Amino acid sequence: MVDFGGWDMPVQYTGIIDEHCAVRNAVGLFDVSHMGEIELRGPEAAKLADFATTNAIAKLQTGQAHYSGLLYDHGGFVDDILVHKVADDHYFLCVNASNQDKDFEHIRSLNRFDATVENTGSRYTQLAVQGPKAKATLQKLTGVDLSAIKYYWFTDGEAAGTAARIAHTGYTGEDGFEIYVPPAEAERIWKLVMDAGSEFGIKPCGLGARNTLRLEAKMALYGHEIDASISPFEADLAWIVKLDKGDFNGRAALLKQKEAGIRRKLVGFEMRGRGIGRDGYEVFLDGAAAGWVTSGSPSPTLNKNIGLCYLPVEHAVPGKAIHIMIRNQPVEAVTVETPFYKRAK
Amino acid sequence: MYPDNFRYTKEHEWVHAQGDAASVGITDHAQSELGDIVYVDLPKIGSKVEAGKSLGSVESVKAVSDIYSPVSGEVTGINETLATAPEKLNTDPHGEAWLVKIKLSAPAELDGLMTAADYQTYIGAEK
Repeated sequence: MVDFGGWDMPVQYTGIIDEHCAVRNAVGLFDVSHMGEIELRGPEAAKLADFATTNAIAKLQTGQAHYSGLLYDHGGFVDDILVHKVADDHYFLCVNASNQDKDFEHIRSLNRFDATVENTGSRYTQLAVQGPKAKATLQKLTGVDLSAIKYYWFTDGEAAGTAARIAHTGYTGEDGFEIYVPPAEAERIWKLVMDAGSEFGIKPCGLGARNTLRLEAKMALYGHEIDASISPFEADLAWIVKLDKGDFNGRAALLKQKEAGIRRKLVGFEMRGRGIGRDGYEVFLDGAAAGWVTSGSPSPTLNKNIGLCYLPVEHAVPGKAIHIMIRNQPVEAVTVETPFYKRAK
Repeated sequence: MYPDNFRYTKEHEWVHAQGDAASVGITDHAQSELGDIVYVDLPKIGSKVEAGKSLGSVESVKAVSDIYSPVSGEVTGINETLATAPEKLNTDPHGEAWLVKIKLSAPAELDGLMTAADYQTYIGAEK
């Protein structure tokens, strides 16, 4: 077990590769109770949500969720989050564990609206059921018709007789659901999900597999691809920025950045030589230091060593020969298209 | 699980000495903590190693870790099979997946290492 933002978290149960493959081929269950929840309520909850985040709240319908960013004035990330529209006057935010207090204070500092901000992390345990057999597994526990929940939509219903927010979301690049249940019920529901998935070979999955899965799908991890010094444009997340939606925190800085152009950008790579380019390793281009690796790992699905790195924007395109400095040795790699893995629809 | 005729380090290596010839590897506890091992880097035959200094590295899906030599001496053999089958370290770390053979230059160093019983107490306390 490792300490992760004050939580004891399992890195692995049966092994990262084993767990990873269970999610790609069947189903895996993640205890992600460390994730934080923040709720915005009140007549102007939508206005607050829209001002605090980069994506367009007006586009969300009740029961729909989207990926978004919380930015500082200077355009760097406070956090990356999921925003769920529960009602016109109620938004439910799922935030990173280690950022939840910071996010809460940040949103509160922006709240000049008729809205309340509440840190409700202790009221929910989040379990993620992910994989092609996730729906068949979870369906056994709930009367809610899971087929009727579209991707990035959610339903407030029940699971195993307990109130549950069931969201068709995930952080693995695979189909799946994230459910929010009362902490007192979490252990019981964990066991029931494991039983329900046993016919498909369900595996409990730790942080290790969560990381390799999200990396193959090129999903950002705070503290790696994004942090206070990185803007959404640099992180290749322009799609979560809606500059034309009206004012929001960080917009002015992003507008300037858009006019001036960004200097560095996130790009994927594959190792050509023997080695794994890991977080923090330097990237060399034509013999000179040019950037750094944000995440790197063997890809259990592709059987290659993959990673993400920042490079000068003009070089952040597929097909560039680069070297990654691995323990003082330059090792050959090449930039590639991302995501590394995309599930068949 | 932990052979009585081995000695162990706090960094989770083992050494099995017979006279001045020793085999060195990593412990079952180490492979379990590391998880799926994907690369093993070993020294060249003939190189001199020093107790407590890096002998090479093992890399798992999640991280790379140095291996520290439990003893001083000269490397007389390396386990070539680990280059193509590093996963053997996960299945047989105390046997087939030994890392290097060392000709000991200071066999008395062994006395400073943990016994199997000491080591099991040590990893029990570490958890």
